[in-house]
Amino acid sequence: MSAAPVLALRGVSKRFGAVQALTDVDLEVHAGQVVALVGDNGAGKSTLVKTIAGVHPIDEGSIEWDGKPVSIARPHDAQGLGVATVYQDLALCDNLDVVANLFLGRELGRAKVLDEVAMEKRAKELLDTLSIRIPSVRIPIASLSGGQRQVVAIARALVGEPKLVILDEPTAALGVEQTAQVLDLVERLRERGLAVLLISHNMADVKAVADEVAVLRLGRNNGVFKVKDTTNEEIIAAITGATDNAVTRRKARGAEAVK
Amino acid sequence: MSDTVNTPPQPQKPSDSQESTKDQKHAPVDADPDAAAGAIPAIDPRLLVREQGFAGYLTEFKRKIKGGELGSIPVVTGLIVIWAIFQISSGRFLDPSNLSNIAQYIVGPGLIATGIVFVLLLGEIDLSVGSVAGLTAAASSVLAIKQDMNEGLAVLIGLVGAAAIGALHGFFFARIGVPAFVVTLAGFLGWSGLQLFVLGNTLSLNNISGGIIYHLNNYYFSDVAAAYGLAAVAVAGYAWSQWNEHRRRKAADLPHRPMSELALRTGVVAVLVFVAAYVLNQEDGLPLGLTVFVAVIVLASFVLRRTNYGRQVFAVGGGVEAARRAGINVVWIRISVFTISGFLGGLGGLFIASQSGVADSNLGGGDTLMLAIAAAVIGGTSLFGGRGTPWSALLGILVIQSIMTGLYMEGSSSKAVQSMITGAVLLAAVVLDSVSRRSQKAAGRA
Ligand SMILES: Nc1ncnc2c1ncn2[C@@H]1O[C@H](COP(=O)(O)OP(=O)(O)OP(=O)(O)O)[C@@H](O)[C@H]1O
Ligand SMILES: [Mg+2]
Repeated sequence: MSAAPVLALRGVSKRFGAVQALTDVDLEVHAGQVVALVGDNGAGKSTLVKTIAGVHPIDEGSIEWDGKPVSIARPHDAQGLGVATVYQDLALCDNLDVVANLFLGRELGRAKVLDEVAMEKRAKELLDTLSIRIPSVRIPIASLSGGQRQVVAIARALVGEPKLVILDEPTAALGVEQTAQVLDLVERLRERGLAVLLISHNMADVKAVADEVAVLRLGRNNGVFKVKDTTNEEIIAAITGATDNAVTRRKARGAEAVK
Repeated sequence: MSDTVNTPPQPQKPSDSQESTKDQKHAPVDADPDAAAGAIPAIDPRLLVREQGFAGYLTEFKRKIKGGELGSIPVVTGLIVIWAIFQISSGRFLDPSNLSNIAQYIVGPGLIATGIVFVLLLGEIDLSVGSVAGLTAAASSVLAIKQDMNEGLAVLIGLVGAAAIGALHGFFFARIGVPAFVVTLAGFLGWSGLQLFVLGNTLSLNNISGGIIYHLNNYYFSDVAAAYGLAAVAVAGYAWSQWNEHRRRKAADLPHRPMSELALRTGVVAVLVFVAAYVLNQEDGLPLGLTVFVAVIVLASFVLRRTNYGRQVFAVGGGVEAARRAGINVVWIRISVFTISGFLGGLGGLFIASQSGVADSNLGGGDTLMLAIAAAVIGGTSLFGGRGTPWSALLGILVIQSIMTGLYMEGSSSKAVQSMITGAVLLAAVVLDSVSRRSQKAAGRA
């Protein structure tokens, strides 16, 4: 990881009226790296994602892209840099087929006439390289399962050839098998050399795919951990506040009971 | 932005995943569910690609029916039944003279219904099209007859005005956020008022004999070569587009229809088109009105299925939020669709005026609006948005006009029976639409 990080946030702050949603937040994501962003409800994870995606411009601090400072004021800017965001509500068109959804808004063709053959071919190539298996690329999204929709939504983010993929709670609504599919996909993105920022409340998911875990607490950094040499307890402690968490409370209670 | 899906360098050997896919097909799939859900593809990608040939065609057909994708099957079946019943009972329903007659009557309402199809695809409704039709016919006739304007210019002004009215509805709906139902209800009242105002105390204006409006729905290319020539061009065009698609898909190594199926499809189209040409030639020849109507449908269907714009219309109809996030200008799509609806409403009005011989205060009133909406829905366009085709306007209006003409031939010219039967057919169509939507949901398709 000697190269400059694909994305680096330096001292980013964001206020909503009276709410200081983010204070002095630092974050780095390298190419070929999965960084999990965790934190309690209201910690500011979604806000952080939205600043990167250009939905909410930052108040203070700076954003660096490939080592160079950039300004992200609109979603368009972020897309231009190569940021693809998969929001939790997937935003797919149920009545359109998989190919149409993958290319929605950036259809292939000449002079406004669609080139269905080219799109279908590329869709297949894309889905193949991601080892995504769906019954057919020509059936409406409506007939896919939740997990299949999720992988289509992720694949859709990749059509624009991003360098950084942000996934906001991609497994929140999924069953065991679908979750596994999505996590596999995350690993494949890493193998392809993309930077991935994964938001999740699920420690097992985080431990399974992430290289690093960045913890947000009350809008501030509360530690970055290497997944390999960190225990769940340590992460949870950082999420909830190191001195006061479920584990320490129970220990304390136990101690009191002994007395 | 067109070279978007070049795959970035891939650490694994590409052949790796391919081979493992093939191997896994032979492995017991459910031996280890966790593993199956993992790196191993759980579903064969070619699962739903239908087998080549007619056996595959049948499987696909059954799957679609089960999944609630009825398409135009019900309306075509209905049309055949209706024609058969009237032919048996009257003995002359299928006479060329009667069929030519029907071909003339369907043009005006059919054009209006085509506009409605666009609006229904957005999941919206346009209640103003009847009034817009009446106003356009009245305004063009008044300009040409009372104001002595060049008739071509008068017609042009009428049509531009109709499109502008549609754009205005679209503006109120898309920009201001007034529900389309209410905006166009206001239009329904307001524009028919303007129609009366424009006509003043004249109330009825006969078409200029031999003029443009007069000819629109009364002109026939009487040379038999016209109908047959157009039929030949249509079949050749259809065959070419089918073959072209076949060739390109084959070259791209995508699933494609076998040649036998291409031949069959082209054959069916050829029979239909040439029978129609023959029937029309038995009477007056190829009608200008029908030609315009079918041309509009072909163009609309091309725009909706093959262009960026059409894709965006379907996207907005299927999910506004998804469309917006994909960068589609939802406001523009909505305004443009209502503009199209207004324009086709106006065009339909001119053809109705041509067919009835007069532009009067009744034109576009009565059940014009209801029949146009009914036609689109009977033809198979969904009321729920995102599903449908302009061809449903043709099929639907054919059903409605056949019922009317048939009953008239039976001697029951009374409006009572016509309305009750048409109402029942519409109800059946909407029930089918709703049920097919439900079974689509059940089959996970809606
Ligand atoms: N648009 C907004 N206007 C005002 N306050 C906001 C806005 N968006 C977020 N906030 C506030 O910022 C804080 C962080 O919210 P955020 O949505 O980023 O939390 P989160 O970490 O994503 O939580 P969760 O796990 O529940 O998704 C919250 O206190 C929230 O109320
Ligand atoms: Mg959130």
